[in-house]
Amino acid sequence: MSEHIEKNNDILVDVRHLKQYFNINVGWLMTKPLKAVDDVSFSIRRGETLGLVGESGCGKTTVGRSILHLYQPTAGEVIFNGRPIRNKADIRELRKKATMVFQDPYSSLNPRMTVSDIIGEPLDVHKAYKSKAERMERILELMDQVGLNSEHASRYAHEFSGGQRQRIGIARALALKPEFIVCDEPVSALDVSIQAQVINMFVELQEKMDLTYLFIAHDILVVRHISDRIAVMYLGKMVELADAGEIYDQPLHPYTRSLMSAVPQPDPIVAKANKRIVLSGDIPSPLNAPSGCPFRTRCPNAAPCCAESMPEFKEVKPGHFVACHRVNEL
Amino acid sequence: MKDFKDIRKAFSMHVDLDDFIPATDEEKAYMVQMRPSSTFFRDGVKRLLKNKVATVSLIIIIIITLSSLLIPLFWPYGFGEQLGIQPGKPVDSSYGNLKPFEYGKTEQERIAAGEKVFPHIFGTDERGRDYFIRVVYGTRISLAVGFFASIIVLIIGMTIGSVAGYCGGAVDLVIMRIVDIIYSLPDMLMVILLASVLKKTLGSALEGTALEKIGTNIISLFIVFGVLYWVSMSRLIRGQILSLREQEYVLASRAAGAKGSWIIRKHLLPNSISVVIISTALQIPNAIFTESFLSFLGLGVNAPMPSLGSLASDALNGLSSYPYRMIIPAVVISLIVLSLNLFGDGLRDAFDPKLRN
Ligand SMILES: Nc1ncnc2c1ncn2[C@@H]1O[C@H](COP(=O)(O)OP(=O)(O)OP(=O)(O)O)[C@@H](O)[C@H]1O
Ligand code: SF4
Ligand SMILES: [Mg+2]
Repeated sequence: MSEHIEKNNDILVDVRHLKQYFNINVGWLMTKPLKAVDDVSFSIRRGETLGLVGESGCGKTTVGRSILHLYQPTAGEVIFNGRPIRNKADIRELRKKATMVFQDPYSSLNPRMTVSDIIGEPLDVHKAYKSKAERMERILELMDQVGLNSEHASRYAHEFSGGQRQRIGIARALALKPEFIVCDEPVSALDVSIQAQVINMFVELQEKMDLTYLFIAHDILVVRHISDRIAVMYLGKMVELADAGEIYDQPLHPYTRSLMSAVPQPDPIVAKANKRIVLSGDIPSPLNAPSGCPFRTRCPNAAPCCAESMPEFKEVKPGHFVACHRVNEL
Repeated sequence: MKDFKDIRKAFSMHVDLDDFIPATDEEKAYMVQMRPSSTFFRDGVKRLLKNKVATVSLIIIIIITLSSLLIPLFWPYGFGEQLGIQPGKPVDSSYGNLKPFEYGKTEQERIAAGEKVFPHIFGTDERGRDYFIRVVYGTRISLAVGFFASIIVLIIGMTIGSVAGYCGGAVDLVIMRIVDIIYSLPDMLMVILLASVLKKTLGSALEGTALEKIGTNIISLFIVFGVLYWVSMSRLIRGQILSLREQEYVLASRAAGAKGSWIIRKHLLPNSISVVIISTALQIPNAIFTESFLSFLGLGVNAPMPSLGSLASDALNGLSSYPYRMIIPAVVISLIVLSLNLFGDGLRDAFDPKLRN
């Protein structure tokens, strides 16, 4: 995979063997590593939207935060714009070019700050203006870009609805004119009617500002609408990655197939033909993940070989990566 | 066309569809208008003023504080002035132990001569000192001790608590074990032991310094508060910082590149300030009570200076003949402690309902 990347100059974010373990207290003075993200490699092309889906707790948020080095990765490397992120200076540079939009529009805005101070915080932190007037001008411009009424600049976040709050969070993310934004389930806390508005805004902003997104969601429908490619995670590992259309029409990994079969089909004939695959059992705890393939406890195709080793995440068709031992047999 | 309109009317029953014209831009703007902007602080004040008990308590506190500050300015007697002792004259024992509104011998002569003499509202004590002004000064001392002791507790508790909460890990572990140890000591016993030890050791150390004037007892009182009472404050603030640290806006700030000091100043402190103010307000009556208690045991303020506790303690000697000398300071202490507590509760309800438990 890495060869493929080096040939391609259009890679903005390259994630190589990223691992993020958390030490969890189990009993008195004993800790155990929780493998929230375990050896994940992928790359994001400049200007594209990579959708990241998976069940709750599979490590999507952790991937996003580790890429931005909000957590110090346990192992692995993130290469941003061709430069590996290694020391504090690299991280400081990264902060200007890569930001995040958060899932919860309530806890992500400080209740004691006005909208203009929230949006202006990245500007303040980086002293990205020469005068107060310039700062205010930039804040109003940002509010305009995300469709907020500039008269509300001096209000507090609690006076806004969820959708408006999320717009404030997006304006904050845009403040330093970043190239890359991790959108961590930015619409899942919103009403369905507002979800569409906000997603369309993400698309518009991307076209206007040449943004690159890592768009996290647990709902594959949301991601399909906006993504160029989609990655699927299960229990801290990436199990499949392909173009959005391809993963939708021809999912190869059994887990992705079950996800797709749960998506409501508008066409009744197709719907009848597609039998819904219902997974048995619960998602295992990341504290004691199964040996070998993490999905084997629920996989309808599991074979003895699946318990022995972790299947390699390999390119089975051009641009289509899957981690499954039996992908060629079925 | 006309037919169609009739049909439409028939279907829509009593609703005239012509009423449903699109809104003009002006009307739309009116619909999306938000309620008037209101800050967290203004909301809190509004809620506080709605609470009658808290408002009355606040008024009582203000009256007591103002009178303890202003009355000595015009009161003709000093708190240490023994009225029976005039320079160059023998001691006039008629001034000792006056009942309320009684006068000493020379004063009676002046009244007889037509002069106006300021009355001794609460009488005098056994040394001939005006009791009212002593109560006023005692109140002033008690309030000052309570206030400054709480500030000391606040500063120490806030520093240690926020360090523990922000650093976490081993630092937090060590600090919190020390807190646990101090917490488990029987505090009144420790207060008495510390106060009596400090009274002895500080006495010689302070001689000749500016601190001597304040008196060793008050300083040892402050030390006692500083050493013992910061623990609950630091626990509270640590908990607050720990929960705030996990908020996504702190993460957002870090994602924007903010450093630790920025995060503490802009996010952690402003969001814990109401908790800090409330618990400081609730600490003041606590400190006043402890001060009175120590003064009552003779470990409080130095001799000529009165405090409410030492006044009550002095009154023990003549309790059967002059019960009001005990009752007055006791009532003032109760009034101060009660209204400060009720006001603190009101403050908490108004600004941080979550804290109530
Ligand atoms: N700071 C942390 N400390 C310890 N464990 C963590 C931490 N953050 C996440 N985890 C654990 O790592 C795993 C992955 O969490 P993560 O938040 O990345 O999942 P997610 O896919 O984003 O889920 P969701 O859809 O619920 O947001 C979970 O088991 C979670 O409990
Ligand atoms: S490797 Fe085995 S258990 Fe894992 S998904 Fe493939 S078939 Fe299922
Ligand atoms: Mg998440």
